[in-house]
Amino acid sequence: MPVISPKEVQSSYDVVIVGSGAGGGQTAYTLTMEGLKVLVMEAGRMFDPIRETAMFHPPSVAPLRGVKTPDKQYGFHDCSIESGWDIPGEPYINASKEDKRQFAWWRQRMMGGRTNHWGRVSLRNGPYDFEMGSRMSAGPDWPISYDDLAPYFDKAEMVAGIFGDSEGLENSPDSSPGVLLPPPKMRAGELYAKKKTAGMGIPFVPIHRAVLTKTQDADRIPAKIHPGNKKAQKLLADNMRRRAKCYFATDCHRGCSIGAAYDSTTVHLTPALNSGNLDILPNAMAREVTVDKNGKATGVTYIDKVDGSEHHAKGRIVVLAASSQESVRLLLNSKSNLFPEGLGNSTGLVGKYITDSVSSSFSAQIPAFENMPIHNEDGVVGQQTYMPWWMCKEQLAGKLDFPGGYKLLMVSGRKMPNLNAGRGYDRYNDDEEILYGRRLKEEARRYYGSFQGIGAQGFMAPNDDCYSELDPEVKDKWGIPVLRFHWKFSDDELKQVAHQQEMMAAILSEMGGRFSRSPETKNPIKAVKHGGRIIHEVGGAIMGDDAKKSVTDQWCRLWDVPNVVVADGAPFPNTADKNPTLTIMALAWRAADRIVEDLKRGDA
Amino acid sequence: MLEMENKDTPTRIDRRKSLKWMASAAAAAPFLGHDVFSAGDAASPSISRGYGLDPDMVKVYNPGELWPLTFSDEQRQKVTVLCDIIMPADETSPSASSLGVQDFIDEWISSPYPDQAKDRKLILKGLDWLDEEAAVLGAPNFLSLEFEQQTAMCHELAKSAKKSSKEYPGSFFLKMRDLISGGYYTTPEGMKDIGYVGNVAQIEWNGPPPEALAHLGLSEEDQLQ
Repeated sequence: MPVISPKEVQSSYDVVIVGSGAGGGQTAYTLTMEGLKVLVMEAGRMFDPIRETAMFHPPSVAPLRGVKTPDKQYGFHDCSIESGWDIPGEPYINASKEDKRQFAWWRQRMMGGRTNHWGRVSLRNGPYDFEMGSRMSAGPDWPISYDDLAPYFDKAEMVAGIFGDSEGLENSPDSSPGVLLPPPKMRAGELYAKKKTAGMGIPFVPIHRAVLTKTQDADRIPAKIHPGNKKAQKLLADNMRRRAKCYFATDCHRGCSIGAAYDSTTVHLTPALNSGNLDILPNAMAREVTVDKNGKATGVTYIDKVDGSEHHAKGRIVVLAASSQESVRLLLNSKSNLFPEGLGNSTGLVGKYITDSVSSSFSAQIPAFENMPIHNEDGVVGQQTYMPWWMCKEQLAGKLDFPGGYKLLMVSGRKMPNLNAGRGYDRYNDDEEILYGRRLKEEARRYYGSFQGIGAQGFMAPNDDCYSELDPEVKDKWGIPVLRFHWKFSDDELKQVAHQQEMMAAILSEMGGRFSRSPETKNPIKAVKHGGRIIHEVGGAIMGDDAKKSVTDQWCRLWDVPNVVVADGAPFPNTADKNPTLTIMALAWRAADRIVEDLKRGDA
Repeated sequence: MLEMENKDTPTRIDRRKSLKWMASAAAAAPFLGHDVFSAGDAASPSISRGYGLDPDMVKVYNPGELWPLTFSDEQRQKVTVLCDIIMPADETSPSASSLGVQDFIDEWISSPYPDQAKDRKLILKGLDWLDEEAAVLGAPNFLSLEFEQQTAMCHELAKSAKKSSKEYPGSFFLKMRDLISGGYYTTPEGMKDIGYVGNVAQIEWNGPPPEALAHLGLSEEDQLQ
């Protein structure tokens, strides 16, 4: 079974999956390893990370030194094609005109989805994150606990290949022994930050990221992942052996031609294809999930983007993994006599309760970093360390005025220079003129690598003001109704951002930092990043154990139509202080196990 | 068998150049034997007559290749002088002009995208201003001035730019400073000059060398995680 065009689509599949990113890739992997016949449809084209990623190109060989443009919205060499906040012919609407009520929606139309453009930060949701309702009165609890997902976290991590360490921290879980790859050694600036902040009581530890710091153990892991399934073991082992370990050079956001960084195409879809059980259909824009007269899903209607024609793919089970809001849109657009408000929407909750990482940043110039002896500190390029949330106890005791925590990501070091590398030094001297000439070259050598940024990403509980719905008028270029977003940060988020700003300034002060502005402790709305900007948006089809208060059950099956499974971020009832991707994979794997069971029992 | 028939344009791969800095990546390609995920198909509409939503990321691009350039010979020479004043050669590294940064400036102001279009106005106006100011000094134009005079003129601009980053013509010089220095530091030679020695494949990552630790007052003990 190969990469196909619409005319090669088979008459029926066990499972039709919409989307090829972390959720769709993981689901396809799990199902095909169990022998199910699967179709993955993706709205973008095929993309080959081996041949198409510009890992080592300097900006000087890119147009405009690789800066962001409307065509490449994260820069020229970023591994995103046909992608962006604004894509021609694919609009979305914001209901409000107010600045901080705008929601920004990143779409990634290519095989592998957003996993191509990803920092690879892979943190597990912690035990408290599943019970923020009962613990902190902050939104609903999840219908599952951390223990339900823990084995799936282990498996997802072993397959993807994640580095990290075990720290024994409260609510930032360790992995089982032998699961993680060794973390990279800390950079000079990271060791400095760790030492200087030691007295503040904030843990400073290796982050977990989907980057192979070591080749995977292809002799041992496959048997643990697929006990008793020789074929799956061999497929996984073969794929692990194809992946090289990190070169300790170049940004993962450019994509990885050696397979060291996880992306869905390299890690999940390749062994799934090699199983012979997967068809991949690129350029297929899903329009709606179809149902029969008994209210059971029968497949997906899609538009072939190559010629604009409409087709249908049949499946016993339909999995939506198109990214949380694209899956919401599909559900809302799947209207029928039986489901006039869209699929799974008898409660009117589809689209409701979107959450996102609550984020702000702060930066400083660190005099101690000036004139650093020249050395290569690429490491794994990007995040190597972070500060996981450290105040769970104070929070539970009511000592903080917001309910969930945040993590701090440190961004520093002697990174590859970009177009801004010669500016920004003027404020650090008393010269009468801006720097230029020999003096600029000297000062650039002195200050390069001396800037320390910190980014905070925190918990968000669902609220009634953050949701999406179909716009009554606007359609995309295929005639499919588009989403209209509503967004408003609550006081909880803004209080958290004020705290973030204060802490980041305190940390940078400990490092001797010089600021160019004050932290926004009084006016956090100025500092908070717009909804959607961190590309961590989840929710819209939240899971629960009460069919009246949620859209899916704990296996991500629609309450109304149980043979439709939502396997991306849409079922998340909240956003933890962790990045969502690894939890998406673990949930998708658990949902896929249930699909296998349901099909065996003939329930679907 | 797994190739996407009719969906791959052969010219796409043919025109890719093999690059020096790609050698290491190419050498590792056999690790990933699959050739299923072949290159693209549908033509991308550009919203801007730029390079479109699906450009070849691996290709090496040169100014003038994607959109026509703007500078007359004279404008180009003036920008070359500015490159020599803003990023001159010194003991350790070459000048911006010897690295062709003036061509990058031309590519920049000729770009079809909105951000650069704003700079286009400012820069073309500023280049005219240089001649007007030369006329005040009694010279036919900026290029006929001695290099010392040209530098002195820029120095005055640099002073007004420090006083106010927004006020013209200091704002013109600030823009040229930012673009020329940025254009410089994004070349392999400029990266070396500023002290970036990464972007090379390594077998292991061993953390910072002892002299970097010493610079920060750290010992090897601090390295034990």
